[in-house]
Amino acid sequence: MTMLHTVNKSPFERRTLDSCLGHALKGSAILLLEDGIYAALEGTVVTDKIKDATREHPIYVLGPDVRARGMSEEQVIEGVSVVGYDGFVDLVAAHDNIQSWL
Amino acid sequence: MSTPMPSEPWEQQEKAPAVKKFMYVNRRAPYGTIYALESLEVVLIAAAFEQDVSLVFIDDGVYQLKKGQDTGEIGMKNFSPTFRALEGYDVEKLYVEKESLWTRGLTEDDLVVPVQVVAREELREFMDQQEVILSF
Repeated sequence: MTMLHTVNKSPFERRTLDSCLGHALKGSAILLLEDGIYAALEGTVVTDKIKDATREHPIYVLGPDVRARGMSEEQVIEGVSVVGYDGFVDLVAAHDNIQSWL
Repeated sequence: MSTPMPSEPWEQQEKAPAVKKFMYVNRRAPYGTIYALESLEVVLIAAAFEQDVSLVFIDDGVYQLKKGQDTGEIGMKNFSPTFRALEGYDVEKLYVEKESLWTRGLTEDDLVVPVQVVAREELREFMDQQEVILSF
């Protein structure tokens, strides 16, 4: 089984990202979207947490949500892949199951 | 009864409206929830009543003011330019919490409007001086 986890809450406001990271099996993919994208950026107090997580998980962030919030791809942590809606669809299709951490 | 009832309502003398200190506390990021947009709508409506209005941005609320928002791909209205229009409604007091910016790796230069960056400690006093606080 391969799992895709999605996180759509800000890591500064909720514990959703921590729950996800705590329960995701090594190797399972994580997609950050909506307010979840704030976790994918350089220079914040959660940056190191994601950098560590990239060693255990492929991590993706949804580009349209990054740009909507005034952030650019250059600010995205190295090792986190920016995907579009097409990439989102590909991720869903490539995994057996999805866990949405709401 | 010492004061007689006015004969008709329109004969009542108009009193000068009471001006109160209103503070809007914004703690949510834009777009993920409706809070940020709703707050801005209420501020604009309330601006018509000529009150002493302050806007405060703390926690994820500071993200509302981030420069360069481009919502074309998510199908939502980018309301960040509206913050620049607030001046025209005499809403000129915008305060952003220093600690909230720091936590998110942001600086004053990242924001769409000139604001006053204040420390949490100052904000605490400032909140205490308000007569009406609306939280979003």
